[in-house]
Amino acid sequence: MSDLDALLATASAEIAAASDLAALDAVRVHYLGKKGELTARLKSLGALPPDERRAAGQVINEGRDRLTALLDARRASLDAEQLAASLASGRIDVTLPGRGQEPGGLHPVTVSLQRIEAIFRAAGFAVHEGPEIETDFYNFTALNIPDNHPARAMHDTFYLDSGRLLRTHTSPVQVRAMQSAGAPLRLIAPGRVYRCDSDMTHTPMFHQVEGLVVDRGVSFANLKATVHEFLEAFFETPVKVRFRPSYFPFTEPSAEVDLQAADGRWLEVMGCGVVNPKVLANVGIDPEEFTGFAFGLGVERLTMLRYQVNDLRLFFENDLRFLRQFGQLP
Amino acid sequence: MKFSERWLGEWVGPAPDGAPLVDRLTMQGLEVDEVVPVGEGVSGVVVGHVTSVEPHPQADRLRVCQVLAGGEPLQVVCGAPNVRAGGVYPFAPVGAQLPDGTRIRAASLRGVRSEGMLCSARELGLGDDEAGLLELDEGLSPGADFGALAAIPDRIIDVNLTPNRADCFSIAGLARDVAAAAGTAVQPVPVPPVAAVNDATIEGRIEDPADCSVFALRVIRGVGTTARSPLWLRERLRRAGIRAIHPVVDVTNYVMLELGQPLHAYDLSRLRGGLSVRRALAGERLELLGGESVDLDPEVLVIADAAGPVGMAGIMGGEASGVTAATADIVLESAAFAPSAIAGRARRFGLQTDASMRFERGVDPRGQVPAIERATALLLAITGGAPGPVVVAGTPPSPAPAVTLRRSRLARVLGIDPPVEAVTGMLARLGFAPEALPDGWRVSPPSFRFDIEREVDLIEEVARIHGYDRIPAAALQAPTRLGSAGEGRAGTDALRAALAARGYREVITYSFTDATLDARLGGSGSVALRNPIASDLGVMRSSLWPGLVTTLKHNASRQQSRVRIFEVGRCYAAGSAAGEVVERAVVAALAWGQPLPEQWGVQGAAPTDFFDVKADLIALLGPGAAQLAFVPDAHPALHPGQSARLVDGDVTVGWLGTLHPVVARDLDLAGAPVVFELDLALALRRSPARYVPVSRFPAVRRDLALVVATELAAGAIIAAARSAGGAALRDAVVFDVYTGGKIETGLKSVALGLILQETSRTLTEADVDLIVGRVVQALARDCNARIRE
Repeated sequence: MSDLDALLATASAEIAAASDLAALDAVRVHYLGKKGELTARLKSLGALPPDERRAAGQVINEGRDRLTALLDARRASLDAEQLAASLASGRIDVTLPGRGQEPGGLHPVTVSLQRIEAIFRAAGFAVHEGPEIETDFYNFTALNIPDNHPARAMHDTFYLDSGRLLRTHTSPVQVRAMQSAGAPLRLIAPGRVYRCDSDMTHTPMFHQVEGLVVDRGVSFANLKATVHEFLEAFFETPVKVRFRPSYFPFTEPSAEVDLQAADGRWLEVMGCGVVNPKVLANVGIDPEEFTGFAFGLGVERLTMLRYQVNDLRLFFENDLRFLRQFGQLP
Repeated sequence: MKFSERWLGEWVGPAPDGAPLVDRLTMQGLEVDEVVPVGEGVSGVVVGHVTSVEPHPQADRLRVCQVLAGGEPLQVVCGAPNVRAGGVYPFAPVGAQLPDGTRIRAASLRGVRSEGMLCSARELGLGDDEAGLLELDEGLSPGADFGALAAIPDRIIDVNLTPNRADCFSIAGLARDVAAAAGTAVQPVPVPPVAAVNDATIEGRIEDPADCSVFALRVIRGVGTTARSPLWLRERLRRAGIRAIHPVVDVTNYVMLELGQPLHAYDLSRLRGGLSVRRALAGERLELLGGESVDLDPEVLVIADAAGPVGMAGIMGGEASGVTAATADIVLESAAFAPSAIAGRARRFGLQTDASMRFERGVDPRGQVPAIERATALLLAITGGAPGPVVVAGTPPSPAPAVTLRRSRLARVLGIDPPVEAVTGMLARLGFAPEALPDGWRVSPPSFRFDIEREVDLIEEVARIHGYDRIPAAALQAPTRLGSAGEGRAGTDALRAALAARGYREVITYSFTDATLDARLGGSGSVALRNPIASDLGVMRSSLWPGLVTTLKHNASRQQSRVRIFEVGRCYAAGSAAGEVVERAVVAALAWGQPLPEQWGVQGAAPTDFFDVKADLIALLGPGAAQLAFVPDAHPALHPGQSARLVDGDVTVGWLGTLHPVVARDLDLAGAPVVFELDLALALRRSPARYVPVSRFPAVRRDLALVVATELAAGAIIAAARSAGGAALRDAVVFDVYTGGKIETGLKSVALGLILQETSRTLTEADVDLIVGRVVQALARDCNARIRE
């Protein structure tokens, strides 16, 4: 074995033994650095006779290439080990919960109101609001409910000392909208309404959405389609609906709308009808030129049906354990 | 209105399409509230005559009876207290079945054989009367089928009549309506006049025809005092929710149910002179049937004799003139009181009666005489007696004017165009006497309809009788209009989402609250309810805080350690004009407990403080936040050192602060929450962005350590720095505040970062020194600030 072979064997052993990148680099410098042992041998070639120089050079270069390849392989191996160690030490328990604020959410009645608004806005209905404290005129008289009318007994009205009242329905908004905007008109009026009544199925405050369409050639048949489409949009499923005759002073003909539950029972969900010509005339719209329909729905009622809530009063107790079940942000 | 299904069925017959009566009623606007079965499952029960009653040898409370029930006499053991020899009772022989499913078997009761059971009304599913065996008329044959006699099985139908349907407040009216829709003929009960057998009369007088159009009276002498109303009549009354009392009263009630005309009966011997219909005089009093006394006034219509009021017209009779068990001679009254003279009075006195409900809606002014004839006939059959002639004061009002129904209008309103003959037929069956016109009909409303004044009233009738379900749905056609997607205003929904994203949960609380709580939280309580539902819901809220605080209490007492809630809604205050109320839409929030939910890797922090919530508030406002000033100010609900009035320009738009510790203590809260309330319009105010060029030159930051008086507001330092720094001072931020340590008492150290940048060039060291120097000078001058060494 030549002197060179011994040197290469030693170098190979040192490369294999290098336990980290610094040690490996020291080996590289020791043999291949500017003052390295192999480098020195290359430099010493000049001292050989020209005819031997070529062959000797080739041998040394081959040795250098071998060492370089060994160094690269060892470096790659050490890099991989180091990465693996670093990754191992960075291991976390991904099943631990995340940190930070937990999101809140919206009240289920608000979620319903937002959905109802979205459905009607998409069909070109404007959203109107109006005062909650109303005059007798807007809440009753303009809606064809004169004094002493038996229909007033159906509304248990809250009064203020001034004689004003808390609106018993959102219908006054219709009247105000028709007065200010005239016909044609397509709107919904969501909001709080008040009735002096409190038991299992009544709370003194609840939410209504009133809808109104006034245009030329609007009929009861259009009302039926609109209400049915709305209910299917709201419940996101085909529903069986029936319209049965009822009475509201501000619409004629009037109807109650029942929805068929899974068990076959009919559940009353809203009231509606063709706008009474007297109501149109009261706000200066010519009932011969324009017809219209109106509907009013109880938001809590629809919300209860949608989410299978069985007690109306839960909506206003605001127990966080109840509220947390609804209205998560998307 | 409750009634027996079989009774109505007798009048209308089955539907051509076999639809159940209950569905037919509902689908033509006569909403069925409830259906209750009567005598369901009863079979084999017959009429039993008890021929003898002997004591039971082994039991004091049992008797051994011999019962004739159509065959051999049967021995029956009976425990009812009212069993007597000669009595006639429902008898369930061996094999008969009771409503509870019991099948009767022969049995031995304390050693005595019993071949069946004598029954009470309750045992047969006929009410809750537990007085004993159901007494039947002695004329009934032994063994006759009891089911046919008692009209069972039957169902009680409760119909919820809308206020416009005066005409359906009777079996006759319901039958007319149902038959009109089915296209069948009504089978009415015949009402032949009963001839007078004497000339006994009593004078009737109407003071004002506007209050009463017809006032009919009839005297019947010698009414039997021992008779009882027959079972069929008592059962029809019972199924209508009316107790049988006395044959005279029972008959008046029966005729009211059947024909819709309320009747009243007086004891002739207890009247002084004739009867007149007049307004009560101020100061008059009346003792009503049942003993309650009421003070009358001219609002109230009364029937009066020579001595004074004997009844509240159309509502309730007087005790002193009423029929008693001893009454022999009676006066029947059948009147058409005007709805306007009755409406509201019954409610006012809390006396809603079967009569008042009918008169308020209106009774047929041509129905008085038929009703009195029908009552006479029934009464004579039950009690006997000698009727005088019917005396009628007043005349029915002239018929309501005819109404024209255009076929084109019908089609426009309903979206259908039914054949002419079909419409004519419907109107005719409803009693409208339609007359065909080239484009429609001329229709005279019958006297029993009070809701037909205009064309649309007839359209409604056609829709109802035609059937709403047969009107096809047609999609609404309307022109497309584009809405706005304005950037001038954020939506309330976005505001809610922003609060929810920061950990707040939306609540909805009542708009009325407790006056004391409202006041405690700084409210004026100036908008009070006259008729609150509860004393602690007596005023319209002045802010949303009462609802939020109440919600906090509710949840804190239910083991919730951390509450972050908000509400969007209105609050109310008296306006400047008399009676005027100003409604203000606001958003309010409350945070209590730890700012973050319990979690690993985060040390337990201090409870939520002012600055946690201030950051949430600022986050709502978007770019508009820069214009909002937080002015230290006192609010009665808030900690005096931790409250800020929110000012936009020079308008107060809200408050932010920690609840006053005394208020929190008084409300039993463990720790004071931080609350804010902000004008909704301001919270939603936005403006479209306007581009400002981004500087291409580097920014330079210089930090100053200032020592200032403790009470100096950070806002003042920033304002002074900004005004001195000029345009090149891009931002001035307070990044630390501390007291104590080397800082003297009464002073605090504030670390202020100045960020400087020009848009046109790189700032030189000299430029920066110049600007910072100006700022330091201004801070020294305006804020008495010195640079800390």
